Amino acid sequence: MSALWLAVGFWLAAWALNVWLAGSRVSQTRFGKALVPLIFGATVLVLWEGLVRGLGVAPVILPAPSVIAAKIAVSLPTLWQDFAQTILKGAIPGFLIGAGAAFLVAIAIDRSPFLQRGLLPIGNFVAALPIVGLAPILVMWFGFDWQSKAAVVVVMVFFPMLVNIVAGLQASERMQRDLMATWGASYLQSLVRLRLPAAMPFVFNGLKIASTLALIGAIVAEFFGSPVYGMGFRISTEVGRLGLDMVWATIAVAALAGSVFYGLITLIERWVTFWHPSQRH
Amino acid sequence: MTRVLPVLTVLAGIVAIWYAAAVWMNATWVFDQAQRAGTVVTWSEVIPQTMTQDRPLLPPPHQVGAELWKGLFGQAITSKRSLVYHAYVTFKGTMMGFGLGIIAGVLLAMAIVRFRVMDMSVMPWAIISQTIPIVALAPMIITLSSQLGLQGRDLPKAIIAAYLSFFPVLVSMVKGLRAPDQMQLDLLRTYGAGEWATFLKLRLPASMPYFFASLKVAVAASLVGTIVGELPTGAIEGLGARMLIGSQFGEPLIMWAALFAAAILAGLLILVVGLVERLARMRMGVPA
Repeated sequence: MSALWLAVGFWLAAWALNVWLAGSRVSQTRFGKALVPLIFGATVLVLWEGLVRGLGVAPVILPAPSVIAAKIAVSLPTLWQDFAQTILKGAIPGFLIGAGAAFLVAIAIDRSPFLQRGLLPIGNFVAALPIVGLAPILVMWFGFDWQSKAAVVVVMVFFPMLVNIVAGLQASERMQRDLMATWGASYLQSLVRLRLPAAMPFVFNGLKIASTLALIGAIVAEFFGSPVYGMGFRISTEVGRLGLDMVWATIAVAALAGSVFYGLITLIERWVTFWHPSQRH
Repeated sequence: MTRVLPVLTVLAGIVAIWYAAAVWMNATWVFDQAQRAGTVVTWSEVIPQTMTQDRPLLPPPHQVGAELWKGLFGQAITSKRSLVYHAYVTFKGTMMGFGLGIIAGVLLAMAIVRFRVMDMSVMPWAIISQTIPIVALAPMIITLSSQLGLQGRDLPKAIIAAYLSFFPVLVSMVKGLRAPDQMQLDLLRTYGAGEWATFLKLRLPASMPYFFASLKVAVAASLVGTIVGELPTGAIEGLGARMLIGSQFGEPLIMWAALFAAAILAGLLILVVGLVERLARMRMGVPA
């Protein structure tokens, strides 16, 4: 039990420290901005470790963070192979193809109000469908290797992106478009100079949603058939063998990969849409 | 009519492409059969045969439609073979997850916008939380909840659904609550408005378009979460379980019918959320 109380004590102390840090001048610096979430994360880990040790939770229910870390250290080659298969070959190509195709289609139907009125309701509808259900069908068509995973990701990413880009292209105000017209701007000029920049907050909103969808799609698709490596394969077989430390190790890799992916998109967003009110804190 | 015609045109195009693809993909099987039997078939004989296979690679629309009709109206809605029954099971899980997700998302967004320490410490982790493949946690959540004495699969499914649906609400609400610009905030300060008044009269109304936009995403995510939650947990009820059964027994028609039932359910859910949004906007005086 003492491990538990130690952890709770650590938690309270760390929280107090964070409140003080957030209010102080340190939080304005880049160092402080990284420090506060790190302290919070460390607190969660310590609390987790304390709970598991203090209450004697069985490792088949929840392994302690130290056990998971040890597992990661000894199985790095396996984890890298899984990562390469699922993220590098499945999720990222699928994400790029899906988002690129959505962009091209959005531009293509931009000049045709008829097609827009036809495709938008359908795109909106399909974007909301549980497309994950297509995974078994696509695995049946494209085989067990990464092609079928990339295909699932393409389909999952395409419609949310399409809807966001089309909505974004309509985001510029009437007055702004009229101004472009009085300057004699051509369609292409007003697209590149006004409407695409104005669409960027929507585009990045879509990209952020798509980045998490891409990971889910690539991993879930592996539940329906995969080579004997890949993160989804690892998770489903290790859950079956009650090797929960390996499951959590894979989850840690997935979380890391996803955050780096998301972080990159956020960085680019900050650079592109610096003018949007939500970017000015 | 001007609104329906474009949609119908695009739909007709999709159906046409679907039929063409069905002929193209299913023809391989017909040619294989013919070769094995030692006969030669012409295209005019192949095309009818691609329309009526028991286990087609891509079932043509009318086969899916027939299977869907059989599932929805062919039997009593309490039957285990009725898609209405399975859709209801999925709907129940979706709604529980949706409710939990909205509450969690809005409360967290309020705390994040109000307290700097929450923004700095929780927001990065909320984002990271979405990158964890929740499907992997599903069996563990079920083991845990059964150990805590909770029977049934409703709660684990709802937790998975809430986990996926709180995020769009959170992201949009944080954006929405921060949408008022400095000038508007300054104006309220000159009125002597307190923090709570600023929240109620400026931040909350300003966030409503973002909130309702996120609800459509959230309800869809909740449905995805419920279906994914039904996939690996050995569930026998729900649309996700039907898809898994279709996949395991090599019955593409069951898979496609379950997929379209899920699509219809998603459509109904979004329709209802859209209606609620219109009502709310009318009450708030925004021209629809």
